[in-house]
Amino acid sequence: AEMDYGTTISATPTEETNDAGNLMDFLDEPFPDVGTYEDFHTIDWLREKSRDTDRHRKITSKSKESIWEFIKSLLDAWSGWLVMLLIGLLSGTLAGVIDLAVDWMTDLKEGVCLSALWYSHEQCCWTSNETTFADRDKCPQWQKWAELMTGYTEGAGVYLLNYFLYVLWALFFSFLAVSLVRVFAPYACGSGIPEIKTILSGFIIRGYLGKWTLLIKTVTLVLAVSSGLSLGKEGPLVHVACCCGNLFCSLFSKYSKNEGKRREVLSAAAAAGVSVAFGAPIGGVLFSLEEVSYYFPLKTLWRSFFAALVAAFTLRSINPFGNNRLVLFYVEYHTPWYMAELVPFILLGVFGGLWGTLFIRCNIAWCRRRKTTLLGKYPVLEVIVVTGITAVLAFPNPYTRRSTSELISELFNDCGSLESSQLCDYINNPNMSRPVDDIPDRPAGPGVYSALWQLTLALVFKIVITIFTFGMKIPSGLFIPSMAVGAIAGRIVGIAVEQMAYHHHDWIIFKNWCRPGADCVTPGLYAMVGAAACLGGVTRMTVSLVVIMFELTGGLEYIVPLMAAAVTSKWVADAFGKEGIYEAHIQLNGYPYLDQDEFTHRTLATDVMRPRRNEPPLALLTQDSTTVEDVETLIKDTDYNGFPVVVSHESERLIGFVQRRDLILAIKSARQKQDGVVSNSVVHFTEDAPQIPASNPQPLKLRRILNLSPFTVTDHTPMETVVDIFRKLGLRQCLVTRSGRLLGIITKKDVLRHMAQMMNQDPESIMFN
Amino acid sequence: MSSSIAQNLRIAAVLLVFLVLIDVISLAYADKCICPPYRNISGHIYKKNVSQKDCNCLHVVEPMPVPGHDVEAYCLLCECKYEERSSNTIKVTIIIYLSVVGALLLYMLFLFLVDPLIRKHDPYTMPLQNEEDSEDVRPRVDGSQGRGNTVLERVEGAQQRWKKQVQEQRKTVFDRHKLLS
Repeated sequence: AEMDYGTTISATPTEETNDAGNLMDFLDEPFPDVGTYEDFHTIDWLREKSRDTDRHRKITSKSKESIWEFIKSLLDAWSGWLVMLLIGLLSGTLAGVIDLAVDWMTDLKEGVCLSALWYSHEQCCWTSNETTFADRDKCPQWQKWAELMTGYTEGAGVYLLNYFLYVLWALFFSFLAVSLVRVFAPYACGSGIPEIKTILSGFIIRGYLGKWTLLIKTVTLVLAVSSGLSLGKEGPLVHVACCCGNLFCSLFSKYSKNEGKRREVLSAAAAAGVSVAFGAPIGGVLFSLEEVSYYFPLKTLWRSFFAALVAAFTLRSINPFGNNRLVLFYVEYHTPWYMAELVPFILLGVFGGLWGTLFIRCNIAWCRRRKTTLLGKYPVLEVIVVTGITAVLAFPNPYTRRSTSELISELFNDCGSLESSQLCDYINNPNMSRPVDDIPDRPAGPGVYSALWQLTLALVFKIVITIFTFGMKIPSGLFIPSMAVGAIAGRIVGIAVEQMAYHHHDWIIFKNWCRPGADCVTPGLYAMVGAAACLGGVTRMTVSLVVIMFELTGGLEYIVPLMAAAVTSKWVADAFGKEGIYEAHIQLNGYPYLDQDEFTHRTLATDVMRPRRNEPPLALLTQDSTTVEDVETLIKDTDYNGFPVVVSHESERLIGFVQRRDLILAIKSARQKQDGVVSNSVVHFTEDAPQIPASNPQPLKLRRILNLSPFTVTDHTPMETVVDIFRKLGLRQCLVTRSGRLLGIITKKDVLRHMAQMMNQDPESIMFN
Repeated sequence: MSSSIAQNLRIAAVLLVFLVLIDVISLAYADKCICPPYRNISGHIYKKNVSQKDCNCLHVVEPMPVPGHDVEAYCLLCECKYEERSSNTIKVTIIIYLSVVGALLLYMLFLFLVDPLIRKHDPYTMPLQNEEDSEDVRPRVDGSQGRGNTVLERVEGAQQRWKKQVQEQRKTVFDRHKLLS
């Protein structure tokens, strides 16, 4: 019973198709087989790549045998596209379900539609039969709770009752969300993007992309967003899409048995997730390329685009917002912008960068508190308290009472002449007869000024509360709150500029481009630029941000302002700290993520390798003089992930490297299945058994599990090169030799610790291998 | 493909087909034009079921309150919006979502209330509490049986394994704060 190391299509007990119809096979515990990885370990990219090449070669050689084999090879080639199609369909469907449910449940906090209980406020009002102009905002079919319960619509008691019920509903939703997460799928909390970044770089977290996580994340995301908390659904949607990707990978052995290929599918699934969150397929692919993926071969580019398109198309056909758009705040502008407006745009960029830095620093400090102090022991209580505070403070201000997406939508939209909201309370010229989309600049009425006050309060509130909300034990995203902060700031600046241009149109800065009676300034555009700046300041996205924003607005004319703001905010934010929010969370949790920054210090491999001077010597195996008992003792006494194999303890010339997990499985299986293998049996990694007297027990050949080509560097190799090798090849460990003799070993953890030390961070914060 | 995969695929396919089908039938669309007061005509809201390309003032505003030469000026002031809703999709989605939440709530109540009563004979099994020293306390009564023969025993075994997994996850995330801060 030799262990299969090199072959890829190995028939393990769970995969054999038993014709006796064991329908309940999936209920049994799967046997761990050689070639799989342990939880919280890193994969071996080179091994996965060579396994896939072997598999492909086998299929290609078999395809010449018969027509059926040829068809099977075609199916194998097309399975990738089929997986993308399925991922797109399921992600789009789930996103549509989430959008519809969030719409309804957010409005459920305030009232209910009497004609059809499942309609949200906007859908209910669409079907109303009001005909007079003055009644255009009335909606008698949708009643608030106080009106339903008491019959009155005005009064202090009614207001208080509405307030109370709003807070009650918010608490109920968030309590339900955190309980479901806690009981069924604890991995469903948080945003998910830092963990997905780590998984895509080669880390294994079992259960993070499982079916229960998918179900609970979808369900609790709706509850969390509906409870009025200051969080978004974009990050969790990426997690949901990656769970769908993992689910469909298990259908095909090409992807389910190869961790490297699986990560290609997950990169594409992440693109589909962003695509449905923003209605931006191209932006989704670029986001996956820039932010989430680690290795992104060109083949993945085309497939990600396909998955993103299918997802966007599926969502569009569900049509959750009724206007054939994929996001609530889709706007279509045609008004031009002027060069002089670049100054406020760049100011918005600076604001975005400063806010990004402030948010990252405060949020990481708060999350560190949650990790280390008593605060982390009461997650349910924390969620309830934060929800209570959010609901109590959000209800009085009409701009925070509604959902954040609706707020952004109102801020992005320009004021037509028929708008009746407070923000659009401009003083209209009664003789004016211009069409609705070409209104000249007007002076602001009192409603606008009071709206500005309320917006400023909303801005401060959102800045503070998001710091405490992101990172709680419910699904929470970050994109929408950042965009809200930026949109509020942008709109305020836009209205300020608009009023300045109207009242002082003879100043030199306005005279050239703004005639009185023309539509010069579009405050909605400033809101969009502000949103892009804040989002860029927090996540440090560059190209993907600009592409997402212009796909959101449907206008290529605004690329220059968006880019100016995004670039400025990134520069300002980078001046204070190099990492975006996701890298900062990766560092906080100590994930083994080797990022793409350059390593510029002049240390050598000897400075980093283990064992150091005062440490015990390297744990070695010899090629033919170790017994089974010695190996077992070695495994028990140490916790290294692998052992180098040398010719003998005297010469220490390197033969290969063997993994701990493979050793354990091989010895266990040999003891059970092979005859004559006892503790005194000699283990040999050579091709032929060593010369031993006949009275000694049977030797155990373990050449199959030995990696004969481990990576080695010499002791004088600069660490720059070593880090580059680790990054480009995805190594887990690297052996250090001098004149052919084995000196030591460098693992990925050592590299990460060394990099942290060089950057004056705490090297002990690297937790995983 | 093994049978579990076939099952998953079947469930996914049914859900997708269901949702797409529901969407195709019973689409409701309407165009709404809001016209403000103009000279001596009071403002009015017009609604008509037209397709998207006919969604403009000329098709929807009927009867036209102004004479022919004023129509263009009047129509410039009106704002028309097109919306397409499928009320069945919305209804089905909300009902499916609420039933999933309800099912999860019932299962949670079952795990909290009914399960400990059933398992009262096994004093070491505490399915939902976190233990600090849990690893070897529980005697491995269920695990040593291996493959149970009846469906019920296998379901029990699978459920126990799932509970153990969730407990591990809970320890990692909530207690040790190793993952997800």
